[in-house]
Amino acid sequence: MALRAVAINPRWPGGIVAGLVLALTLGTLCAVGLRADFLAGLGVADWAAVRFTVLQALVSALVSCLLAIPVARALARRQFRGRSAIITLLGAPFLLPVIVAVLGLLSVFGRNGIVNNALSAVGLPEVSIYGFHGVVLAHVFFNMPLVTRFILQGWLAIPSERFRLAASLGAPVGRLLEWPMLRSVLPSAFLVVFLICLTSFAVALTLGGGPKATTVELAIYQALRFDFDLGRAALLALLQFGICAIAAIFAWSATQRDEGGAGLDRAVQRWDGGVKRDAIIIVLAALFLLLPLGMIVVRGVAGIPELTVDIWRAALRSILVAVSSAVLCTGFALALALRGGRLASVVGVLPLAASSLVVGTGLFLIVYPFVNPARLALPITMLVNAVLALPFVLRSIGPAVAKVEADFGRLGTSLGLSSRVWTWRIVLPRLRQPLGFGAGLAAALSMGDLGVIALFAGDAQETLPLAMYRLMGAYRMEAAAAAALLLVAVSFSLFWFFDRGGQIGAQDK
Amino acid sequence: MQKPLILTAAAAFAMASPALAETPVLTVLTYDSFTSDWGPGPVVEAAFEETCACDLQFVGAGDGAALLARLQLEGPRTDADIVLGLDTNLTAAARDTGLFAPHGVTADLALPIAWDDTEFLPFDWGYFAFVGNAGADAPTSLRALADSDIKIVIQDPRSSTPGLGLLMWVQAAYGEDAPALWADLADNIVTVTPGWSEAYGLFLEGEADAVLSYTTSPAYHLIAEEDDSKVAWAFDEGHYLQVEVAGKVAATDTPELADTFMAFMASEPFQSVIATTNWMYPAVTPAAGLPAGFETLITPQKALLLSPEDALSIRPTALEAWRSALSQ
Repeated sequence: MALRAVAINPRWPGGIVAGLVLALTLGTLCAVGLRADFLAGLGVADWAAVRFTVLQALVSALVSCLLAIPVARALARRQFRGRSAIITLLGAPFLLPVIVAVLGLLSVFGRNGIVNNALSAVGLPEVSIYGFHGVVLAHVFFNMPLVTRFILQGWLAIPSERFRLAASLGAPVGRLLEWPMLRSVLPSAFLVVFLICLTSFAVALTLGGGPKATTVELAIYQALRFDFDLGRAALLALLQFGICAIAAIFAWSATQRDEGGAGLDRAVQRWDGGVKRDAIIIVLAALFLLLPLGMIVVRGVAGIPELTVDIWRAALRSILVAVSSAVLCTGFALALALRGGRLASVVGVLPLAASSLVVGTGLFLIVYPFVNPARLALPITMLVNAVLALPFVLRSIGPAVAKVEADFGRLGTSLGLSSRVWTWRIVLPRLRQPLGFGAGLAAALSMGDLGVIALFAGDAQETLPLAMYRLMGAYRMEAAAAAALLLVAVSFSLFWFFDRGGQIGAQDK
Repeated sequence: MQKPLILTAAAAFAMASPALAETPVLTVLTYDSFTSDWGPGPVVEAAFEETCACDLQFVGAGDGAALLARLQLEGPRTDADIVLGLDTNLTAAARDTGLFAPHGVTADLALPIAWDDTEFLPFDWGYFAFVGNAGADAPTSLRALADSDIKIVIQDPRSSTPGLGLLMWVQAAYGEDAPALWADLADNIVTVTPGWSEAYGLFLEGEADAVLSYTTSPAYHLIAEEDDSKVAWAFDEGHYLQVEVAGKVAATDTPELADTFMAFMASEPFQSVIATTNWMYPAVTPAAGLPAGFETLITPQKALLLSPEDALSIRPTALEAWRSALSQ
């Protein structure tokens, strides 16, 4: 992110946000640690979990990034009907509640899914999704689209003048323009995906096929819930932060900043060919995303009449929480990005490594002596969701803020602009697209989140994901599928609403 | 930074809350599905409030295990007067917290075993069982299942109460030979899910031939959906019991009201709604008997249950055996 802050950037708001993030991540960990008796260290099974966790996260992140490059490149180069729909769709898998996405994936790749039905129709043996490859498949389904969006933004940020110049000189676009851009965008995207997969547990366990697919997060869950061993939970959470720190150091040392000059904000035109290949890539990627999503729609439609007023009320409540935390989160991210520096970088990844269960438990311990936690369920959910989504929004606007600074910082300083004028008149208008995408992600993430609310929620504060799980728990799978569809539809609408900036793009000539 | 902020917010919320109401409040900490719209919670609340001149408030917290963790987080200062929804795998740990008082209720319990726990009183019970599709191959024992190539989905004993129930089932039925049974069962297990809902969802989607659930699960499909395509498999080794209990919190500020509720729990208005809301057997058989449809369920010849103390002490070794057998 912004390593060289411009002098006129306001700094104190970023400081406050950094403090808040540190308190919610490391502070809650301390709250849990303080209540713990540290009886025993970590056992053999824990270290096996660490190995599996790191390995699956590495492979998932690697595959997600490698697959995302051609997809982003194809989308950056082509203009066609439905392109903006596909770009918006790229946000979809990421915002699905885990169990919904898993059931969607299973209806395509599962034992009774489309792929296996097709295989057995032509007499081929069935393939099992369960195992290491299943975990990676699901994580790629979740994260490849996200990386594509991050890289696509990098591609679209290359000024059109440079493509024009490269084309007229016959210079290699890939080596001169695209590779430096990838070097600046990919490491941090890789880090984000790695950390998301690091803290995954329901996906890893359900598709991993057994206890060998145990992640550290599951061990934390077990320690907190079944054994009530706060010490072990705190140790494991600390270990998760440690892995995060090591990964972050690697990613940052691999990042190279793109030092090209400014452009005039004109639409990009491309002269290099490859239309057919781009088309194939886009179709494949869209199929990979659309099939499971389509199955979620198919599964959910039948149950829609079963949705009661309470479910709709829960949906409204969820929308309120999601929009508030999206607004909070974009504010936080903007403050941090403008402050810049190492602190912003550290704070920008910490929430990813935090176990939401430990955050929730820590907050519970902090809040409980003073007030009934159920009363604070919604405000706390908003705050925690805003902080947990911060890394994504920061990832989205960080490079853009740095770019505005590099392009206009000197000019702004020499004109003697005040911090306010600089922020509102120069920076913000140039951040419309990444801010919109970021806010959309934050809203959608918050919409699907179950982590904290589950610990705090009383009766009257049911959110839509919680309602969906309660329906499943009451055997009402059809109604639950409809609630899932509603959840997807609402999250997606929110995402689309915030993300209309995605329509800015390349022109084909 | 954030602590003062939260405290301010907390203070503001505390002040905004209405002053203590005149009617006494009874707070019952329970699991999520008990208090959901489809669970027993709403009916029980209405029935109890008719007679108690009080406000009964259910606070939902995840499942049984989350319930105990929540209570342990809150400690002696807890607002809860009653904790409802622990099972015998959890009662030993719950007893160790020292937070519970004797319930003092004598009821004519319809459990398949004798019950003499003075602190925890059952409100319902059920047998764990594998639920499969009618007409398909049905094994007649855990051993036969392990030797077959039938595909099942189970829950993780580290995150789910039915998962823990199966662990204890195998333990109670096979003792020292439990690891060998798990080793043979490993290739039948399609996958292990974090909770009951995921596993049951996977089964209904056709990902497995059967799922670990309860003998009463087919009753839901039969009564609520008029669908008789699901059956529970009866196993020769016997079936492990889940007995769901409630306890009175010793530090309650309304001890008489809490006692009234414990007695109410064993009475007709509470027990008569259990079968078709919680889909378990009521702890005290209602006057009208069980609802139509329950007579079609299998009744295991033998009920297995480890004592709470054994269940707690055996858990680490049983878990380790499970983990290593399934990690091969």
